[in-house]
Amino acid sequence: MATEAEGGGLVFHPMDQFIVKPLFGDGAVGMFTFTNVALWLLLAVACVVALMVLGTSKRATIPTRTQSVAELAYGFIYKMVEDVTGKDAVKYFPYIFTLFMFIVFSNFLALIPMSFSPTSHIAVTAILGFGVFFAVTILGFVKNGAGFLGLFWVSSAPLALRPVLAIIEIISYFVRPVSHSIRLAGNIMAGHAVLKVFAGFAAITAVAPLAIFGIIGIYALEVLVSFIQAYVFTILTCVYLKDALHPSH
Amino acid sequence: MEGDLAHIGAGLAAIGSGAAAIGVGNVAGNYLAGALRNPSAAASQTATLFIGIAFAEALGIFAFLVSLLLMFAV
Repeated sequence: MATEAEGGGLVFHPMDQFIVKPLFGDGAVGMFTFTNVALWLLLAVACVVALMVLGTSKRATIPTRTQSVAELAYGFIYKMVEDVTGKDAVKYFPYIFTLFMFIVFSNFLALIPMSFSPTSHIAVTAILGFGVFFAVTILGFVKNGAGFLGLFWVSSAPLALRPVLAIIEIISYFVRPVSHSIRLAGNIMAGHAVLKVFAGFAAITAVAPLAIFGIIGIYALEVLVSFIQAYVFTILTCVYLKDALHPSH
Repeated sequence: MEGDLAHIGAGLAAIGSGAAAIGVGNVAGNYLAGALRNPSAAASQTATLFIGIAFAEALGIFAFLVSLLLMFAV
């Protein structure tokens, strides 16, 4: 789907970077084909493992740079779980920390030029989002039994209003995993597409300087967005977890 | 599909990102106004700020998604 603009400007399509290809050979992508998505997901996992294992293996009193980063990330998420979800939710901290580290590393690795962004695919983020949704829903029922349904019955509202609110609450509850996953994928996809559009403008001589400064600016913004979207995904997981543990309004 | 109606629809759906921009600006602006009145309470509310921004932004992303679907899936 290459678009040829006059004057040799945009010679590639901005969405081409998201095509899932088999890594070895070029056949159809089947269920167990090793694709570029799989490669970059594995790289993200490898980076997280490397950071946490190398960072915490020495346990020095005066931390090295790697250990500082590992401790900083750990402390940051630990404080977030404690603040947002409450002290009793700290036992779910490993899950939330894993989610955060995985997303933040897939986002940052995707910013390397010529790399691939796995989190730009709704298929990837939907697994994460629906994983959180099912985990939280099952946990809510296990912890509170039928009392979990109190989440939909707003007892602080007037009685006549409650059925209406219950319907709205139920709809908003089931939209959660959709918005949760599409927010991440949409942000990353949009950012990378914008970068590629500006890269296409850079080939047109008249606007090239402007486009290159545009790329620098957008790239800086994307670094910020990569972190913020991982943060938002994690904090929303914490909020949903709080709803599951304490469903009463 | 040059000059298709779907392209016009995709362009119209992109107006939604402008609406989301208004929403995000509202959240951030009101946060800043509140934070300048009472700076000591600001630090504890940054998490709420980001949740609010995320919710406002999600709907803009939906608009973007509709426009993508019209461009590539219809």
